[in-house]
Amino acid sequence: MDRVTIILGVLQDIHNFGIRVLTYSLKKAGFNPIDIGALLTQEDFIKAAIETNAKAILVSSSYGHALIDCQGMREKCYESGMGNMILYIGGNLVVTKQNQSWGDVEEAFKQSGFNRVYPSDTTPAKVIEDLRHDLVLPQGQ
Amino acid sequence: MNRKVLVVDFGSTYTKVVAIDLASEEVLGWAQAPSTVDLDIMIGVKEALENLKIDFGVDGRLMSKRLACSSAAGGLRMVALGLVPELTAEAAKRAALGAGAKVIKVLSYKLDRGEVEAIEAINPDILLIAGGTDGGNEEVILHNARLIAPAEITAPIIMAGNKSVKSEVEDIFRSQGKDIYVTENVMPELGKLNVEPTREVIREIFIERIVFAKGFHRAKEFVGDILMPTPLAVLRGANLLANGTQNEKGMGELMVIDVGGATTDVHSVSEGKPSRSEVILKGLPEPYAKRTVEGDLGLRMNAASLWEFCKQDSRVKNMTLPIGEIEKYVHHLTKHTSVIPTSDFECEVDKEMACTAVEIATQRHAGSLSSFYLPAGETVFMQVGKDLTEVKTVIGTGGVFKYGRNGREILLASTFKKENPFSLKPKSPRFFVDKHYLLFAGGLLSTVAPEAAIRILRDQLKEV
Repeated sequence: MDRVTIILGVLQDIHNFGIRVLTYSLKKAGFNPIDIGALLTQEDFIKAAIETNAKAILVSSSYGHALIDCQGMREKCYESGMGNMILYIGGNLVVTKQNQSWGDVEEAFKQSGFNRVYPSDTTPAKVIEDLRHDLVLPQGQ
Repeated sequence: MNRKVLVVDFGSTYTKVVAIDLASEEVLGWAQAPSTVDLDIMIGVKEALENLKIDFGVDGRLMSKRLACSSAAGGLRMVALGLVPELTAEAAKRAALGAGAKVIKVLSYKLDRGEVEAIEAINPDILLIAGGTDGGNEEVILHNARLIAPAEITAPIIMAGNKSVKSEVEDIFRSQGKDIYVTENVMPELGKLNVEPTREVIREIFIERIVFAKGFHRAKEFVGDILMPTPLAVLRGANLLANGTQNEKGMGELMVIDVGGATTDVHSVSEGKPSRSEVILKGLPEPYAKRTVEGDLGLRMNAASLWEFCKQDSRVKNMTLPIGEIEKYVHHLTKHTSVIPTSDFECEVDKEMACTAVEIATQRHAGSLSSFYLPAGETVFMQVGKDLTEVKTVIGTGGVFKYGRNGREILLASTFKKENPFSLKPKSPRFFVDKHYLLFAGGLLSTVAPEAAIRILRDQLKEV
């Protein structure tokens, strides 16, 4: 069976360590991950997904402004003929969590169209498990 | 048998001939005559050979080997298709430009009938179809193939897209009697360019088909195969000069600027990687030997559009020459494309236009930086395109360098400016002019005698 292509990258930000770990783990798990780099725009992710026929887009952001940067990404997927694209986001998503519970943060990102939202201590195994579930793939080794 | 070679360039305006002795590594002479593609291509060749005999006493007919390239009859006109404009469509465009083609149109995504009709109207020499990385999107390239296959397009078609649907695309075109060539994907993986196989197929088609279609076969008896489009010969000459051969050291990374009547071409032979550590590279990887063509920057056919750019330039604003006179002369140039400037006034106008053409063409060719401020106070830079700041050699070629008096001043326009620090042009290069217009000859000679070719090329470059 062809390996499922997943697009990964860092939106607007430069901190790419998480994406590199995740790319390595996805490859080991039998996916075809494509790390498209850092300082990306929403359009960079969407265009890469169109060209490669990717099944999911994994966005990383660790500089605290993700919620602003992510606005409209789901709508752009719709415009690009990929309305059902699986969108995940993870990293250090908000500047301060003083007055926000994780639940609030997660809800805010889900409202803006992300299927799953991960805090910074998420393990790659969790993301892989979720991807297999959402893409209806057998849970592997 | 002597080791004398006659090199011929069938240009759009002039047919140029150069006689070279490979044994003594000497340029024996050069000459030109107006091209005669519409009548009989050999008339121009014969006249150029006459001129060679008159000016240098050299009989081009006695040369034991002949090599030729051509950009006449409109050059190699191509249309390129991809999926996403910045990805496979851009890769297809770069493959075509690097093969020496004139890219008339680039199309992307699923085509509609109107766009197919536009291709029919353009009637290109070659149609290049890409789209999808290997294993990536299949739907769009199949859609486009099905739409184009029944169209009134006689040009050979090259399929350089997703390998998973290669055979299917080939069958679609073949079933409609189209002439289809299949090669490797121009972008097999996202962000990876693979343009060489496509460039090679373009060159094969050029030799086999295009030359015949444009009536050049009449010259075949005299010059043999026309080996490549002229811009590719120039790019190969530049490549040879930069890299050298096994026994001859090259000049290192360089840039060649070809200011022509219709276009300004810029060739860079350079890695173009960031020269500063705090820079993040973005966008498609750049070809080591890269060619860009500016269709709005020409000294003759496009003098009018070039003059519009000149008027924005502070240097031109400060000129003391009467603007009305200049505009009259510019208009004259667009109608009389083979004008060679003679008076001080004409030379000055030509120089100013060439400076502006070089300034803009190199800015479009070179990469650029933009800065980002992160919340922690750090600044990072993002580079798109090639960093040419460390390129140490800039070579000018084309009529304005051959006949003009201001080679250095014109080439200075290609360099890094403090006022525009984000354009990554060469910072402190040495300047050379291709005085006798031999770069194309070097590119052709490199196919038979690369060592001699580089020595001859280097010798005739004049530092300015």
